[in-house]
Amino acid sequence: MGTTAETSKVTRTASGVSYANRKTLEQIFKYIIIIGIGSLFAFPFLWLVLTSLKSPAEIISMPPTLFPQEWHWDNYAKAVTAIPFFRYMGNTVFIFVLKALGAILSCSLAAYGFSMLRWPGRDVVFFLVLATMMLPFQVTMIPLYILYDRLDLIGTFTPLILPSWFGYAFSIFMFRQFFRTIPRELTEAARIDGCSEPRIWAQVIMPLAKPAIAALILFEFMWTWNDFLAPLLYLSKEANWTLALGLLQFRSQRETNWELLMAASTLMVVPAIVLYFFGQKTFIQGVATTGFK
Amino acid sequence: MAFDSLKSRQNRRELKWGLIFITPWIIGFLIFNLYPTLASFYYSFTDKALVRPPEFVGFDNYVKLFTRDTLFFKAIRNTLYMVVVSVPLGIIIAFLTALLLNMKIRGQSVFRTIYYLPTVVPAVAGTLLWLWILNPQFGIMNQALETIGLRSPAWFGSPQWSKPALIMMGLWGVGASTVLYLAALQGVPQELYEAATLDGAGWIQRTLKITVPMVSPVTLFIAITSIIGTFQLFTQAYIIGGTGGGASGAPRESLLFYAIYLYRQGFVYLKMGYASAMAWILFIIIMVVTLVLLRSSARYVYYES
Repeated sequence: MGTTAETSKVTRTASGVSYANRKTLEQIFKYIIIIGIGSLFAFPFLWLVLTSLKSPAEIISMPPTLFPQEWHWDNYAKAVTAIPFFRYMGNTVFIFVLKALGAILSCSLAAYGFSMLRWPGRDVVFFLVLATMMLPFQVTMIPLYILYDRLDLIGTFTPLILPSWFGYAFSIFMFRQFFRTIPRELTEAARIDGCSEPRIWAQVIMPLAKPAIAALILFEFMWTWNDFLAPLLYLSKEANWTLALGLLQFRSQRETNWELLMAASTLMVVPAIVLYFFGQKTFIQGVATTGFK
Repeated sequence: MAFDSLKSRQNRRELKWGLIFITPWIIGFLIFNLYPTLASFYYSFTDKALVRPPEFVGFDNYVKLFTRDTLFFKAIRNTLYMVVVSVPLGIIIAFLTALLLNMKIRGQSVFRTIYYLPTVVPAVAGTLLWLWILNPQFGIMNQALETIGLRSPAWFGSPQWSKPALIMMGLWGVGASTVLYLAALQGVPQELYEAATLDGAGWIQRTLKITVPMVSPVTLFIAITSIIGTFQLFTQAYIIGGTGGGASGAPRESLLFYAIYLYRQGFVYLKMGYASAMAWILFIIIMVVTLVLLRSSARYVYYES
């Protein structure tokens, strides 16, 4: 009896040691994989910045160098003068600000109507709102282009900004999800006090909706910074180009100046990354709760 | 009685304000959704060009697309290639990276950020960067491949390698799906794993029998959104194809995707009726794919009840 207990104890200790060893090995293995794959994700960023700081001769040298032999910070000065970089950036920011303003207003109003008020047919109409997300841009872009052409708006910022002022599914949905978390007692109390609905929207709901507004601003920035097809269609006037269009000018020249192109690309990527870090929590939560990017 | 009328007054009030609040959206819906959808449907049966008034041509556009337009089929083939190869690959890698980033290790949040960061990069900047990395002559990728003695393909310079290169570039942005999986992984009850471990299930079994079914709603969501996205793939292929203004689909039309060809017909050749027919075919394809996936999902998607 006693001997059996003794042996089992010994076995347990022995297996305990090997178990610990295996755990450590497993742990090391995990780190190797996660760092290895992580560097594949990180390397293009490194290469972007390092290329932007090399001389034209160095970027085509064989074998390639990792770090610049001479750090050509002047590439950045050249890049922003080779194309009217700040003009394009200003255009993009202008479009973003006006889109975000319109979207905050129109989408929160619609979301209020879909969540804080009860009326017959509301859920059917809301389903219609969501259904518009299924509609590909390719279907609407041709008649809209013809319409804007007749109104002489091709080349201006208007076609890019206008739709945001009339509400669109994604942000209406986001505001609605947020509004539903606000206790009904707040609006009921305001109503009993004789508050009109617009005042409840402006003075009770919107001040509480700051996280949703912040998320919307972030998304609008990312979309505007990213958008390519719509500006390509509508911004025929070069003076009105956005950064996404302007960057392509480096490619259309006969010889691509890769170091300048990478410098300009870096300048375009940095604001997006900075804003991402700034609003990381808001952004990830927005992605996770709505399920869309 | 008095209470009833009070209630109906309140109801009428809420209806009135509800409609007022959604009025901007209704106007926007009519102008930016309903009108152009109906108009493009009408145009698809005409020979509409930008300035010319449309003339009714019946099913001509559709017939021509399906019988005489070889480039249309090329565009469909190229697009289906991406749907069949790129979408599943993206889902598998997103799932695996999510498992990786879900491990309890030090620096977890740093790793998550690194994996997610490429999705923040604007498509134009990202595409230009990859054009440089995969440059046939001076790109770092080929220099690395040559160093270890491998054949170095011309990537975006070769019709055989352009699509694999595009897929590789797309996988760099897989983090967008990874976050969705990460969120889903938080929702899998730990007891399931503990019970399975007690029953002697190994890591692979636990992953296949517990994790995969538990996150299947997210898989369905990613599948639908990325299939829709792939059918509309435009920016990257447009930039790689060069900016001669032709939406060329270069190299040798290997990147002539559906949306690229549609753009070319509508805005380079200005055949807007023809392009509208293409747009409606795309719309129908997207709707059918979505409905089929949603309908059939009951069989393989697990929903907690």
